Amino acid sequence: MSASPGTRPAHGTPHGAEARPGGPAAAPPARAFLARTNPAAKVLAAVITTIALLPVLDPVGSAVVLAAGLALLPFSGVRARVLLLVGGPFLLMGASIGVVNWLFGDGGPLLAVGAAVRLMAIALPGVLVAMTSDPTDLADALVQRLRLPERPAMGVLAALRLIPLLAAQWRMLTLARRARGMEAGRNPAAAVAIFAGKAFALLVRSIRTGTMLAMAMDARGFGTGERSHARVSAWRAADTWFLVGTAVLLCAAHALGIAAGTWQMLFS
Amino acid sequence: MPKGGGAAVALTDWGWRHAGRDSWALRGVTFAIEPGERVLLLGASGAGKSTLLHALAGLTGDDNSIAGEQQGGMLVDGEPAARRPGRVGLVSQDPETQLVMARAGDDAAFGLENLAVPRERIWPRVHEALAEVGFPYGADRSTAALSGGEKQRLVIAGVLAMGPRLLLLDEPTANLDPEGALLVRDLLARTAARTEATLVLVEHRVADVVDLVDRVIVLAPGGGVLADGAPGHVFAAHGARLAAQGVWLPDRAPDPEVPPGPGGPVLIEARECRTRTPVELGAAAGPRHPVLTGATAAVAAGTATALTGRNGSGKSTLLMLLAGLARPDSGTVLPCGPLAEVSGRPLWRWQARRLARHVGTVFQHAEDQFVTPTVRDELRYAPLRAGMAGPDIESWVDELLERLRLTALADVHPFTLSGGEKRRLSVATALSSGPAHAPDVLLLDEPTFGQDTTTWTELVELLAVLREQGRAIVMATHDSLLLRRFTDTELRIDQGRVAVPDTAARTGAAPARKADRR
Repeated sequence: MSASPGTRPAHGTPHGAEARPGGPAAAPPARAFLARTNPAAKVLAAVITTIALLPVLDPVGSAVVLAAGLALLPFSGVRARVLLLVGGPFLLMGASIGVVNWLFGDGGPLLAVGAAVRLMAIALPGVLVAMTSDPTDLADALVQRLRLPERPAMGVLAALRLIPLLAAQWRMLTLARRARGMEAGRNPAAAVAIFAGKAFALLVRSIRTGTMLAMAMDARGFGTGERSHARVSAWRAADTWFLVGTAVLLCAAHALGIAAGTWQMLFS
Repeated sequence: MPKGGGAAVALTDWGWRHAGRDSWALRGVTFAIEPGERVLLLGASGAGKSTLLHALAGLTGDDNSIAGEQQGGMLVDGEPAARRPGRVGLVSQDPETQLVMARAGDDAAFGLENLAVPRERIWPRVHEALAEVGFPYGADRSTAALSGGEKQRLVIAGVLAMGPRLLLLDEPTANLDPEGALLVRDLLARTAARTEATLVLVEHRVADVVDLVDRVIVLAPGGGVLADGAPGHVFAAHGARLAAQGVWLPDRAPDPEVPPGPGGPVLIEARECRTRTPVELGAAAGPRHPVLTGATAAVAAGTATALTGRNGSGKSTLLMLLAGLARPDSGTVLPCGPLAEVSGRPLWRWQARRLARHVGTVFQHAEDQFVTPTVRDELRYAPLRAGMAGPDIESWVDELLERLRLTALADVHPFTLSGGEKRRLSVATALSSGPAHAPDVLLLDEPTFGQDTTTWTELVELLAVLREQGRAIVMATHDSLLLRRFTDTELRIDQGRVAVPDTAARTGAAPARKADRR
């Protein structure tokens, strides 16, 4: 790999530091472990965790994986406020699964807790990937490391830019209904009608916006053939070790579950 | 791939019909452009200027973005125009829909990646292009954090980095505030002087760009080329005709009939209003920033008030507060005088129906406020809600359609109208409660934005009549001509507060100065 100025120093490539694209900017602040890990490694780790946990009902093993995931939080570099914001719905999801299993399941409270823990253990890696990966880095990793096709990866990346735009358009549509004298008040039928009208208007706008963006991408030669890559999605030894560690953890979790006698295949 | 120099363009009897349309967008267009020429492409709105640029950029055709049928020949460098990435660069109006990547450098690199330029050659060209457009930040800068003018500069950098032989510019300043437009115009002037590329520019505000070009080609609305030659010659020979078609020309600013405003009592008052940016979605979202930090403003009857300030300064926010559509985080917006007799509650607490009868709002994107499937229903909507009798509604709507020149389009979906038609309809919907029921206050967000001179003039004359009737007009605007010709009070918003500039030594309630006719 050459000392390319495009290498994102944050990935910790050996030549990164002197070649920050921003020019003479100071060295970037040290990034948290999970943020430094190549997104492709994180995606793979999340996928093997799901594959390993999905076919098995095992409160003990799931608890080990969940605990390991939670133990990674301090190394995720995600701000505490954001963690709380994302963590709330996450805990709510786990709690509701637990309550439903407890009330309607036939396994008693222990299995209900087990079901909640299992689901959260499967979901947490995905949440961590989303929260700790820069979208650009993620797209680069998917294309360069996991050989995903360019078009969907870059398309999704471009579409991400439009989300705040759509949110602003939705707010304007809401104000405009009021300006026209439309208000649902306490009438649910009117609320549904107003919502449908706004959704249609937003759909029209977003299709138009998307079309224009696609045209701009085409005009810059996107999709005409082989692409080169301005940024290197660097794969370090630590990324390999991260995957090895995940595999070891999953084996250990299953072993513990079998030893504790709580391990059980789903639908068996 | 040939680099450097400009491309030759040749059209012979060229035409284009969009898929699913009966009529030709363009027809019988013939001209030749020499390498390195700088051409301004003019024509009335709907003459197909953008379509022509898209075709030159190779975006039209069966396996491309724009489907349709072609007629005649279009050659770029002697070959049929097709997608030849890197040779032709296109810059469109809205930078928002042209930026692809989250970071500035990555975006400038995007086109080079598509050309499969090796990595070690990408970054020197990216930095060169960023320097060339005077991009003030590093390559790591988030594209979301840029102003409109900076975004458009970055778009141009991304195009220049590819080293195009033909540079197509489709109203590159149309969506920018005056500061942003100035930034981009400076850049265009420098680029035009430096590059050897052939340049084809579409721009409504001709006066701003006429010095950059050495040739003007005017497309006729029905098809063919109306005029072709040096700018001075074309404007001397065809100026009157172009002006009649709504083209903005140097020394031919529109001259509307503007009766003076009578002035009147204050109707709405905003006191010490504070607002913050809305909550953003996503884990990476930043905190909420203050927009207005204590804005106080009054809106008087019979007066045209303009809210000015840079993009993002809070003009639209203040307009929405004064319109009673949004509520401030702190401070209040109260009806005053005659309007307080309707209800003394803060405006944002008014029932939507009551608010719409007394305070009308016209949005910048007219589509935002269309709520029915046909033009006729759109105009029926308000009088129906105001309790007007059926036959009265029909005759009133027919009259409105006639006045707006929309009779032929009465049954089409409002979204399918042209820009000028949408603008006329959106203003009409706010006024359509009937002759006796027009709202006391009419607020408009960038009402003249992107309009040709014909719609501009109609709009100003309509607003002037409303003002003469004693209604309050409030406009968030950048339009300096609108400020000069129609505005009584300018409220400039700066750093979240409202200042009255020295140039506007007029007070809200005072009678308007005489319209400054020359």
